[in-house]
Amino acid sequence: MDSGNIAWMLMASALVLFMTPGLAFFYGGLVRGKNAINMIMYSFTAMGVVSVVWLLWGYSLAFGGDGSFIGNFDYLGFQNVDPDIGPDGGYNSMTIAVFQMMFAIITPALITGAIAERFKFKTYLIFLVIWITVVYAPIAHWVWGDGGWVLEMGAADFAGGTVVHINAGMAAIAAAWLVGKRRGVDRGVEPHNVPFVILGAGILWFGWFGFNAGSGLAADGVAVNAFLVTNVAAGVAALTWVVLSYLQTGKMSAVGAATGAVAGLVAITPAAGSVGPMGGLAVGFGAGILTYIAVLYRHKFGFDDALEVFAVHGIGGIWGALATAIFAVGGVGVIDGEFELLGDNFVAVVATMGYSFIATLVILKILDLVPGLGLRAEESDESTGLDISHHGERAYVSDGAD
Amino acid sequence: MMVKIEAIVRPEKINDVTAALESIGCGGFHFVNVTGQGQQKGVEVFTGRGAALTHRSSLPKTLLVTVVPEEQKEEVLQTIIASARSSEEGTIGDGKIFVSAIAEVIRVRTGERDLDALTPSNGE
Repeated sequence: MDSGNIAWMLMASALVLFMTPGLAFFYGGLVRGKNAINMIMYSFTAMGVVSVVWLLWGYSLAFGGDGSFIGNFDYLGFQNVDPDIGPDGGYNSMTIAVFQMMFAIITPALITGAIAERFKFKTYLIFLVIWITVVYAPIAHWVWGDGGWVLEMGAADFAGGTVVHINAGMAAIAAAWLVGKRRGVDRGVEPHNVPFVILGAGILWFGWFGFNAGSGLAADGVAVNAFLVTNVAAGVAALTWVVLSYLQTGKMSAVGAATGAVAGLVAITPAAGSVGPMGGLAVGFGAGILTYIAVLYRHKFGFDDALEVFAVHGIGGIWGALATAIFAVGGVGVIDGEFELLGDNFVAVVATMGYSFIATLVILKILDLVPGLGLRAEESDESTGLDISHHGERAYVSDGAD
Repeated sequence: MMVKIEAIVRPEKINDVTAALESIGCGGFHFVNVTGQGQQKGVEVFTGRGAALTHRSSLPKTLLVTVVPEEQKEEVLQTIIASARSSEEGTIGDGKIFVSAIAEVIRVRTGERDLDALTPSNGE
């Protein structure tokens, strides 16, 4: 048992968990006030549902055994998972199991931006259970698990650019497409609480230090470097968004700054273990440019990804996976004339995109057809707002009737 | 006869307007923040993620409402106009005033009606 590494990993796990309520506020501020609680509840209930699923079978399916495509049942109910083994002791270490639990929680929560303001909450809870089992656990095994085919191939995804971000981004397209467009938003939606958006982005940024600097599973130099490039990429991407919004509109959007920061964090996620400080700057700058363009042109594609999950996490994640191979240090990057890692990461990206999109589409199609479930909220519920119709609560009570 | 005066003014002027009204003895009014547009037009705001501006007819204004005896009408109007203008000659966006007749006024505490209900009563 290495108490230094364990101490850092527990801290990092707490930081990653904190990202999910951060995301709740980030997304909650972006929707209309009548759907604020609903948006926050998507993330908050993921902390409940996924914690249970991960404990019972999720971790085992992701990290048990050494198969190519999926884990096994060795760790059902966290049996054979030992709290006394440090993070370097393999997947029977509870330190790793708990750190990975937090990743599993935030990934489906990211998808909810695409279904904002119109999805049936009951169906969402069931979707969470199935999606973690059928989509997240296998991809996590491919990329990180012993014997996983993406890992064996040699692709580099340090903290989850494919598993978390590209995965969530593709699931978002599938979900937005199947649930359909929101009603009455043709003139655009003004975020109802911009300070919430900034608050949420700030919490995400803070928690991301655990996400990236914890993914080396040790308190060492790799963690320090990951911490630094995480901060640099977020900063430069936020700045890039502010400058681009100024050049285009003459004003500097705060929501744009928050979006840019998240895009930079997404892109540096797979790269944090293999790029140096200047590489981090390049990854963040590229993420800022590409996600800005993606947000500008997304609406031309006809699906209502309400909170731009694909543009930010999908495009940011794809850029990050490729940028990892471009800027990697140690003689494996394109900057050193090596293209093998670029090819491997490209295959990992395409495989993740294809599997996530198709599997999510199938899951949601089935849920849509199950009597008593369905994806789309009733029209009157959607008009009233999902806060009152689904949760019986209002985010802002100001009529004085109480 | 009693009239209702509804004045739309700049939010940053409302404290000046209410102080001026009190100084001439008009001590009863209420006001509420509203949004809308007139000649000044609305506002340009970011929608979505901060990459595109959209027009919204929702410029912030403050709506002040007071009910006064007919004889006091002109003094109240001139007071509001003087205190709500943003410059000597006035500027587009300074606001608008609507005047209408009021049928009845009742003070809840005493049941007094009309002009009695509008003038301060010391109560028993």
